[in-house]
Amino acid sequence: MNEFLFCTNHTFFARQAVPLHDFPVFRSLLLREVPNHEVAAFFAVPEQDEFFLYAALLNPEKHGLDVCSTKVGKSYPALTPELPALSWFERELFEQYRIEPIGHPRLKPLRFQSALNGTDNQRPEAGAAQYFTMQGTSVHEVAVGPVHAGVIELGHFRFQCMGEDVYSLEIELGYQHRGIEKMLEHGPDKKSAFLAETAAGDSSIAASLCYHRILEAAQDIRIPARAQALRQAALELERIANHIGDSGALSGDVAFLPTASYCGRIRGDFLNITAELSGNRFGRNYIATGGVRYDVSDDTAGKLLAKVNAGEKELMNALDLMFDEPSVLDRFENTGTVSEETARQIGMTGMAARASGLKRDLRISLGSPEFPEHLRQCASGRTGDVLARAAIRRDELEDSLAIVKKILSALPEGKCSENHADSVVLPADSMIFSLEEAWRGMLVHAAVTDSNGKFLRYKIIDPSFHNWGGLEMALRDQQISDFPICNKSFNLSYCGHDL
Amino acid sequence: MNLQIIMWGIGVIEALVLSPVLPGIINKVKAFFAGRKGPSVFQLYYDIIKLMKKRAVRSTTAGALFTIAPMTALITSVLMLILLPFAGKASPLGFAGDILLFLYLGGLGRVLTVCGAMDTGSSFEGMGASRECQFAILTEGTFMAVAGALMLMTRSFSLGGMLNFITTSDYNRYGIILVLLAVAMFVVVLTECCRLPVDDPDTHLELTMIHEAMILDNSGDELGIIHYAASLKMWILLSVEAMMILPADMNPVILLLTETLTVLFGSILIGTIESVTARYRFLKVPQFLVGSTALAFIAMFLLSLLQIQGA
Repeated sequence: MNEFLFCTNHTFFARQAVPLHDFPVFRSLLLREVPNHEVAAFFAVPEQDEFFLYAALLNPEKHGLDVCSTKVGKSYPALTPELPALSWFERELFEQYRIEPIGHPRLKPLRFQSALNGTDNQRPEAGAAQYFTMQGTSVHEVAVGPVHAGVIELGHFRFQCMGEDVYSLEIELGYQHRGIEKMLEHGPDKKSAFLAETAAGDSSIAASLCYHRILEAAQDIRIPARAQALRQAALELERIANHIGDSGALSGDVAFLPTASYCGRIRGDFLNITAELSGNRFGRNYIATGGVRYDVSDDTAGKLLAKVNAGEKELMNALDLMFDEPSVLDRFENTGTVSEETARQIGMTGMAARASGLKRDLRISLGSPEFPEHLRQCASGRTGDVLARAAIRRDELEDSLAIVKKILSALPEGKCSENHADSVVLPADSMIFSLEEAWRGMLVHAAVTDSNGKFLRYKIIDPSFHNWGGLEMALRDQQISDFPICNKSFNLSYCGHDL
Repeated sequence: MNLQIIMWGIGVIEALVLSPVLPGIINKVKAFFAGRKGPSVFQLYYDIIKLMKKRAVRSTTAGALFTIAPMTALITSVLMLILLPFAGKASPLGFAGDILLFLYLGGLGRVLTVCGAMDTGSSFEGMGASRECQFAILTEGTFMAVAGALMLMTRSFSLGGMLNFITTSDYNRYGIILVLLAVAMFVVVLTECCRLPVDDPDTHLELTMIHEAMILDNSGDELGIIHYAASLKMWILLSVEAMMILPADMNPVILLLTETLTVLFGSILIGTIESVTARYRFLKVPQFLVGSTALAFIAMFLLSLLQIQGA
């Protein structure tokens, strides 16, 4: 038997084809592979009283994923002590199915919900978790949230401080839990696309791409080149708008007003460009099975290109103001550093991982042919501090702007959407992984179908899921007053994590 | 002489009436730099009027100290104000050594604000209070060093004598010293008034706040009083700065007018600084404050040289 099943992105395969190992073998495989490979997914599918545990690791050499599985009962020896990258995944198993990873150092549910398979209807009380605490006369504890000042989502931050120095930060999420995965079960139906899209509103385009590519894979649809280009443009516009917003917010948090104000406006300009292209400022409902919902005329494409060019010029001026200001650089530099080693151990992804020097970018590791080779943000030598996360945004902005301009100036001819059946039948007893490089990093949608070709399980893993732990690590030995800029430099999604 | 005392009275009333315009001007300048229109310069008046119509809501954990803190801040600010020599006229309440009363009236206001903040039992307010105290110790040093230099220069121990010493013909002799003292004093103004690069009055991030964190629990008329007292404090400290550098041998009417304009210009300068710099990391603030103290000491050193030369 093979150790792993290799599969490519957006491809259905039979559940039977996944190698089923005994737990000790499964454990030794993960111990060997996880330190060097990104964990795309680690989740359970219930079957009577037992659970199939699926682990999917990225395989950048072969541009795909390696999948393997095992079967466990109500408990199993935890992998987290050896593999910190699995910590939140194991906490999720505990939360969703009450599977107990024995020996997990900080075992508590990530969200506050009753068990997905209905075995335990007791919902844990929100925020009533046990926190890491410290003893001593000069130690003090600071609790921030879940309700914050300003327009911020719900999340609780617990600091253990010695004076102004943070010894430990513990993040408690789950307040935004809506039960999206549960609602997606027994789909796909008319609601499914909208549910999948709203997992995290600022990543709508990436999320709907993931979802629709699953339906396309089921029907074996080849997407027209024009649709592919428009999807790409929309995805990059999403990245651009978010990066601009974050750059401005970082500047605002250190009270450097010019860049904060300019970026606030320029972000709006790019959201409006997205709206003109897709009909919605956040690209909602733009991606459709088979392509995109609206075509763009050559005239409009030309106008949009002019707007992108104008926006780029203003944006670069605004960013130069910030990166040329010594007092700003002084705040950013050596603040909230996550070393490459730490980032690898806890399994960080996307932009934040790249800022720590890890070369993790699905656009490259999954080798999508439509992506240009000149993405420069994977350059090594990043320092992992707030400055690195600010600088990588500027580099990615330049890359993404170049991609959008290239697409808009030479849109392939043809139709913007392929015909497809109204009601989709998915392959029965199968699995599929659909991954996109969203602006925060690796976004994974994994679907498992039942014998009727309906979703038995629909698993969404937002990049924030991997990176919240990074924020906890970034705050170690930092000044508590630097928490806001560290937090902003990650800008992770609460609702994307809480689902 | 009569004219002078009338102008002194006008100076005091002017401060009481006009001080809320200073934060308004600062915000207007910041809006200008950011390419925004910004709120009216009279916004703080509207805010204070609105707040004074409201009742304060008090946390159940807060006690008597929390209640008296806002009023103490206002009373000490008003007492500081009437010690100042407006329009070249020493305050009728002035006496030799009133500079210490002036300084520690400010200290008393601060102690009560800090105690009031601690009284709420909130960890945010505790952090704000701790930071406020740390920086206050350092600004107190700067202020004393500036005062020391002024004493050395004027051979006087009262605010009236120290701040009305300079005449139009003195700039050749004391120009450089006044520049050093003005810069050091301006750092005191920035820190005491919770402005950038030490504190960020506009932030909503509790973890980075100093002054704002201490008044998170205040509301209604009590918050209105705190805002008013803070703007009055800014007017007072900018006035000290103005009186220190302006020549006292002018016509009292013109002198008062010049003092007022200098105070207003000071707020424009604060707004400009806030528009073009980021806030310092907390670890850097002590260096900034100690650096300003050093300027005052250099001024003292230069004065000693001058006096040796003069003697």
